[in-house]
Amino acid sequence: MSDTTTISPREVAAAAPLDFYLKQEHHPQNGTALGFWIYLMSDCLIFACLFAVHGVVGRNYAAGPSGADLFDLQLVAVNTAMLLLSSITYGFCMLEVQRNRLRPAMIWLGITGLFGLTFLGLELYEFAHLIHLNAVPQRSAFLSSFFTLVGTHGLHVTFGVIWLVTLLFQLKKHGLIPENRRRLMCLSMFWHFLDVIWIAVFTFVYLMGVLP
Amino acid sequence: MDLHSLILGRLGWDAIPFHEPILIATFAAVLLGGVVLIAAISYFKLWRYLWLEWFTSIDHKKIGIMYMILGLIMLLRGFSDAIMMRIQQAIAFGDSTGYLPPHHYDQIFTAHGVIMIFFVAMPLVTGLMNYIVPLQIGARDVAFPFLNNFSFWMTTGGAVLVMISLFIGEFSTTGWLAYPPLSGIQHSPSVGMDYYIWALQVAGIGTTLSGINLIVTIIKMRAPGMGMMKMPIFTWTSLCTNTLIVASFPVLTAVLALLTLDRYVGTNFFTNDLGGNPMMYVNLIWIWGHPEVYILILPLFGVFSEIVSTYSGKRLFGYASMVYATVVITILSYLVWLHHFFTMGSGASVNSFFGIATMIISIPTGAKLFNWLFTMYRGRIHFDVPMMWTLGFMVTFVIGGMTGVMLAIPSADFVLHNSLFLIAHFHNVIIGGVLFGLFAAITYWFPKAFGYKLDPFWGKCSFWCWLIGFYMAFMPLYVLGFMGVTRRLNHFEDQSLQIWFQIAAAGAFVIALGIASFLIQLVVSYRKRDSLRDFTGDPWNGRTLEWSTSSPPPSYNFAFTPQVHDGDAWAHMKQHNAQRPQSGFLPIHMPANTGAGIIIAGLCTLLGFTLVWHMWLVSALTFLAIIGGTIYHTFNYKRDYYIRAEDVARTEAERTRLLANHV
Repeated sequence: MSDTTTISPREVAAAAPLDFYLKQEHHPQNGTALGFWIYLMSDCLIFACLFAVHGVVGRNYAAGPSGADLFDLQLVAVNTAMLLLSSITYGFCMLEVQRNRLRPAMIWLGITGLFGLTFLGLELYEFAHLIHLNAVPQRSAFLSSFFTLVGTHGLHVTFGVIWLVTLLFQLKKHGLIPENRRRLMCLSMFWHFLDVIWIAVFTFVYLMGVLP
Repeated sequence: MDLHSLILGRLGWDAIPFHEPILIATFAAVLLGGVVLIAAISYFKLWRYLWLEWFTSIDHKKIGIMYMILGLIMLLRGFSDAIMMRIQQAIAFGDSTGYLPPHHYDQIFTAHGVIMIFFVAMPLVTGLMNYIVPLQIGARDVAFPFLNNFSFWMTTGGAVLVMISLFIGEFSTTGWLAYPPLSGIQHSPSVGMDYYIWALQVAGIGTTLSGINLIVTIIKMRAPGMGMMKMPIFTWTSLCTNTLIVASFPVLTAVLALLTLDRYVGTNFFTNDLGGNPMMYVNLIWIWGHPEVYILILPLFGVFSEIVSTYSGKRLFGYASMVYATVVITILSYLVWLHHFFTMGSGASVNSFFGIATMIISIPTGAKLFNWLFTMYRGRIHFDVPMMWTLGFMVTFVIGGMTGVMLAIPSADFVLHNSLFLIAHFHNVIIGGVLFGLFAAITYWFPKAFGYKLDPFWGKCSFWCWLIGFYMAFMPLYVLGFMGVTRRLNHFEDQSLQIWFQIAAAGAFVIALGIASFLIQLVVSYRKRDSLRDFTGDPWNGRTLEWSTSSPPPSYNFAFTPQVHDGDAWAHMKQHNAQRPQSGFLPIHMPANTGAGIIIAGLCTLLGFTLVWHMWLVSALTFLAIIGGTIYHTFNYKRDYYIRAEDVARTEAERTRLLANHV
């Protein structure tokens, strides 16, 4: 490490004229996509904790019902299909956004929302059914963890639907302006992220949960 | 459920601690102070100014200053708790039970820990990063200015909840990390634990968001030419710290949410029965908690690097190794959490892994120390106040680091676990590292933020009081720890221990003098501000870009974005005699102020309060208001404005005049 204070300013300035100030407007890149991506990763960590907890207590039935006793895989499969289809329709929405066609984009977005609501409806039905069987979150650590993990995902989907409806209004009002495109992209990342989480839920909670 | 309990929940007159004379006196004093403050603000008609220029401001500099003020106010509260504990432990021997009943004492040590970490160290560190990082990278603001304002008010909201618990209800009695089953509903049925949960939850969300914000700022908004390896070292340490924040605070959010469910819904995550597992909580909370201590110290490593290099008049020795050391510490800080509970009984192999991982962290940290020493070697060292704090840190932190390595040996830890030796160790690194660093940073950057330097005499008084007070207060605790005294006791039988507690209490009073000196320093410097004025913007012959603009900087920071060619960009510009352009100013695009941050964060705080007291109806309404308010805010598309070129030209001409008159 050389001691740079010994170089005299005049010598160096004569050698290499450098620009030290940018004379035109400086536009840093927009950071929304990166910021939202980082947010998703932080959210992913919350789910990671819930999965880890499920890994620890997921078979602590406390002499209560187990996954094999409770889960109706056919219902969950239909539910999974709803969410996966909603991801596809969101993809169609983004394609229309690329083509700059507002109306079809809004229609696909609306369909996505309907699939989301169907998913939530089926999930609530499942929860109601379990509670009816007295398989409540208070019954055992397994059920606490099951309801919390699946419920947290459901809460995320709920907020996604609220956001989606808000965006529909904003699209109607302002059209495909850059802000709205950015928001559509963020919601798209959010929606697909929830899909990925659900695949993990389906695999680790339901499919592996019914194993003896 | 009747209407009364639906609206007010379990809140009633019995929540006000009338039977605690200490609290009532404090409450009266706070109330009086508050009334005087509000009256003064109203009398001088400052509400409008405060609201428009500060509370709704999204200027990263003002938010940074507000964070610092929050941290300093909470430092006074946290320190009062500390001195109360020291007095209690100094007198509660044998027949004397001291002056604090156990239940009150338990709340004090819990509040002390929570406040010092979450509402002193975190706001001070975040405020510092907020203020300095955009200036160091040549940016005009952070990436998400509104989010920044919101994060600040969320942190404040958490602090407000902790402060409210002093007078309405009570605080948690579980210690600062609230281990279950003690923190479960069965053993802590009171509102104290709920205040703890919601205060941390509200503040934690703010912290996560501010972490995301600063990462994106550093990655996306650097001045042209500033590659990653040309970033100032403080910016590097900030980047690592914010990465740690984003990668650890969600764990805190999750684990607190699970504890909340256990308490509110009756789930069985951390209970002893029905399949729950309390040690799961301990693991999860330390997966957040250990990175947290590095979140606190890393930015201060950056501060010390900047200070050593500036006051030695030299480029930092081993810049690249400093960066790599920081990154290595960032990664390793995730692999050591279990050393906080070797006594859990996870077995020899697991304990060895975590013990060795912990010891390995001392290698990059040691590399940093050598870098600072070699920077000073053959430098022209100026012993200004920030440099004194730095030297005090280097000696103190090495001692704290070595006791840390002792604790990292599992077999030794089985003896020292939860003893006063541990208390001495972490105060040694947090006071000797974080606090000394913060005082160094405040002294160093104060002229940048306010346009005048801090009075050095009172700064030196503060430094010596803190240094001597620290050693007096905590070295006895190492001794007591070796004698087997455990933490959080409020009464002792063995009279032979008393002398050590008395020395420690005396040390705490010397630290009190240090805090008083600091406050006096602020007042004295304000009164002498004309003679301490910094007209150049570069009072210490600094090396990084924040010193290239005026003190205090204009709202747009830089009239022209600097172009960076060297790691020490400003030192390089000075060598090359770079001239500020005097013409060709352009309108500057800036984000506009908004009240949405303080309103939504205020609602979140209210939601926390209503949930503490089980006011279900109000909670539901507040929750709906938060959702509604957020949606309403998203319909605001006009979030920016332009500073006119003439205004920029006028501000810059004024600066040129000042420079010509004073340099």
